[in-house]
Amino acid sequence: MSGFDKVVHSYDEAMQGLTDGMTIVAGGFGICGIPENLINQIKKMGVKGLTIASNNCGVDGFGLGVLLEDKQIKTMIASYVGENKLFEQQMMSGELEVILTPQGTLAEKMRAAGAGIPAFYTATGYGTPIAEGKEVREFNGRHYVLEEAIKADFAIVKAWKADRYGNAIYRHTAMNFNPMAATAGKITVMEVEEIVEPGELDPTQVHTPGIYVDRLIQGTFEKRIERRTVRSA
Amino acid sequence: MTLSREQMAQRVARELKDGYYVNLGIGIPTLVANYIPEGIEVMFQSENGLLGMGAYPTEEELDADLINAGKETVTTIKGASIFSSSDSFAMIRGGHVDFTVLGAFEVDVQGNIASWMVPGKLIKGMGGAMDLVAAAPNIIVIMTHADKYGNSKLLDHCALPLTGAGCIKRVLTDLAYLEIENGAFILKERAPGVSVEEIVSKTAGKLIVPDHVPEMTF
Repeated sequence: MSGFDKVVHSYDEAMQGLTDGMTIVAGGFGICGIPENLINQIKKMGVKGLTIASNNCGVDGFGLGVLLEDKQIKTMIASYVGENKLFEQQMMSGELEVILTPQGTLAEKMRAAGAGIPAFYTATGYGTPIAEGKEVREFNGRHYVLEEAIKADFAIVKAWKADRYGNAIYRHTAMNFNPMAATAGKITVMEVEEIVEPGELDPTQVHTPGIYVDRLIQGTFEKRIERRTVRSA
Repeated sequence: MTLSREQMAQRVARELKDGYYVNLGIGIPTLVANYIPEGIEVMFQSENGLLGMGAYPTEEELDADLINAGKETVTTIKGASIFSSSDSFAMIRGGHVDFTVLGAFEVDVQGNIASWMVPGKLIKGMGGAMDLVAAAPNIIVIMTHADKYGNSKLLDHCALPLTGAGCIKRVLTDLAYLEIENGAFILKERAPGVSVEEIVSKTAGKLIVPDHVPEMTF
């Protein structure tokens, strides 16, 4: 087979090499577009002392929330947390370190890491507690805070459909942080709902080019909904 | 009478203009979408990566892959687009979003805003609020004039940790519409039946009261 074939056939293989103390970036917003099976695999592996960068930390019993059950997360980098009781408990007791990061800054930290940019200036957070201890520089009369990229040992992402080379398409707002996360891992593992043959995807429709993807696996997804809001027909 | 949540949303909605791209925060700001003036088109941006957010879905339309920044299931309108979080915040940080409405705990005469953390209480995070206030050229804060203990939320200096510095120019409360200029609040409009004296008594920060302060009409 081609050297570009990224497909692996088991979740053991997909997360092979993940060890204690590593840093992981994860795609997803709330529990939408999260790599749910890869997260479950991390739970199964039992690795500890992880630093995880993701917009949120799942909910109790689902998504990244399951990694709190055995205290696998040491540091959580996120923009919004506390949708889960276990998170709250571990944060209050000091077992879990939380680095709150503005959402746009978090996305940019992942994007920058993938693009070889070690740090960037942003107006976001200037004059607030999150700028404390960070370098500030003035450009055209405005103040900007220096923020560093988040380079990770592993990136775990969820896409809708990919070809065997890892060229991937996301579905609706399940895209969110996934494209940036995909670029930020030394090893990027992607799980998808469907794997197709190279040539089946229109190249102009590809969101994440396969160059960023190291391992690709097809899974089945629960796709739990966090806030089910409907109107009557 | 103080303004109801709906009236506050209705008043802010009068600031919408045809062709605006708009980001609405969670809570009262969300209600602004119900009062779009007739004859204009606006498009709502949701910072998780959606421009052209529609109504909640019907049971048949419900899709776990389509949510808003409040994690609620939504739909898209015709002409919507979907993109990554970094594109979404490029729009916000690059100043491309025309109008932003968000809530706050405190605002001060320097245009500082505190909206995300109360020391000693559980801190859930700032989400996208720091990005929005740092970049949006056109922001309105919607909040109550005083907290539930009667303490003014319009101050000379925010006491709580800031969300952004020097970025707020307009505030709509349940009592008044105010602008911030040269280190003071300027009273522009008052809620129907609310006296200037009441507003003065509930505004801790420096307040300038023009000779004539019109009442809002609904």
